[in-house]
Amino acid sequence: MDTLLNNLDLFTTGFKNTGILFVLSAIFALILGTVVAAMRVSPVPAMRAAGTVYVNTVRNMPLTVILAFFALGYPKLNLVPINFLTAAVVGLSLYTATYVAEAIRSGINTVPVGQAEAARAIGLPFLQSLTLVILPQAFRSVIPPLFSVFIALLKNTTVAAGFSVLEAGAIRANLSERGEPALVGLLWVALIFVILVIGVLSTLQRYFENKWRVAR
Amino acid sequence: MSSVLFDVPGPKARARNRVLSVITVLVVLAIIAFILLRFAESGQFTAAKWRIFGFPLVQRTIISSIGATLGAFAAAAVGSLLFGILLAFGRLSDRAWISRPCYGITELLRAIPVLIMMMILYYGLPPLGMHGITPFTAVVVGLIAYNGSVLAEVFRAGIEALPSGQKEAGAAIGLSKGQVQRLILLPQAVRSMLPVIIAQLVVILKDTALGFIITYNEILFQANYFGSQAQYGSPVLPALMVAGVTYIVLCLLLSGFAKWLEWRLRRGPKAVKIAPRVMADA
Repeated sequence: MDTLLNNLDLFTTGFKNTGILFVLSAIFALILGTVVAAMRVSPVPAMRAAGTVYVNTVRNMPLTVILAFFALGYPKLNLVPINFLTAAVVGLSLYTATYVAEAIRSGINTVPVGQAEAARAIGLPFLQSLTLVILPQAFRSVIPPLFSVFIALLKNTTVAAGFSVLEAGAIRANLSERGEPALVGLLWVALIFVILVIGVLSTLQRYFENKWRVAR
Repeated sequence: MSSVLFDVPGPKARARNRVLSVITVLVVLAIIAFILLRFAESGQFTAAKWRIFGFPLVQRTIISSIGATLGAFAAAAVGSLLFGILLAFGRLSDRAWISRPCYGITELLRAIPVLIMMMILYYGLPPLGMHGITPFTAVVVGLIAYNGSVLAEVFRAGIEALPSGQKEAGAAIGLSKGQVQRLILLPQAVRSMLPVIIAQLVVILKDTALGFIITYNEILFQANYFGSQAQYGSPVLPALMVAGVTYIVLCLLLSGFAKWLEWRLRRGPKAVKIAPRVMADA
């Protein structure tokens, strides 16, 4: 308990940055993922191809490599300088977006064919039948997989600790400098993650699942 | 299915699709051109930056680091599958004193980030007097703990989705509960869940790169080391390109093998048609 209370500043800063990383990356990944999923089912072959190539490339690369690219490689390109937190948000968003896109695409496939046919029958073009008829239903049925993607994202934010972002994963290194036992600090971090994942995100998932259940 | 979302394009729609295709191609080309241009302008394609990869010693080191990645992957994959089967059987047990703890362990291990788990093993245990924990053991055990618990849920979902007639038929011919699980249910569950299991194996392969942060000598760690060699112009980006391409090739080989395996299995005796909707965890 002492390790936590004596270093409360470290834990609050760490988990605050974890929260920032999580919220920003989740928002960007959700937007980008939806766009990519729409591209992958669109009538334009070039868009389908672009979406497929993006998803297959990024999904087959470790998150650590992607973060290394933005944190260590990007500064070498002499572009607008970005700080490590921004680099981590960009990397996490690009990586998570591919998982969001795949989840939503599988959700689109669960919407009964009759829905899409009805949308076409009343003359809706592709974009309108997607945004007004298909996606609202698809989002409801992908709540469970989407939440597993976001739970994975929350845990993945710890990888940014390897690239100079002071978040939950970096608490250990800072504790060691203060001469605190590494194990106790790490167990506290693990415990807080367990509470966040099981207590907060899983509860939210159940809430949304019940609230947005598709009535058929 | 995607063709259900839009009508067969008529002349007007075809013309519009062509315009949109051209725009998409142009945008994608513009992005790629911009990236390549920045790479070229900051001198990432100059021979000086790539010279370090010409040395036989460097090439040998890279190959041995690929071996290190594959070694950790193989150990973690086998361990995760065994641990997953064990936890799944535990959770399906009729005895509450077995199934409850297995449920708790599965949920707990799934909630802790893999990196934190590796750090607990690598930095946390040695001060307590646990010696002999190398980065390799920390990476492998960390990956087994997390992916084993994810695979346990996959196996359990697969077994529970099987028609109950399978279990009853097994019991009817006098098999014990353990035999029914092992001989009747598990093989069918594995077959129907194969795509998800393989996707999780790809996750294991990718997550070996976390070893970079706890100083395991794998591909990314070596790439970062070569990238920081100042006398060769600090070729960070060339080194990361080498690492990235290596990972993509390895993952695609694994996915390709999975596709082949699925195709092989489908030719066998009638495959199970039920595939519960479970997705791999990133």
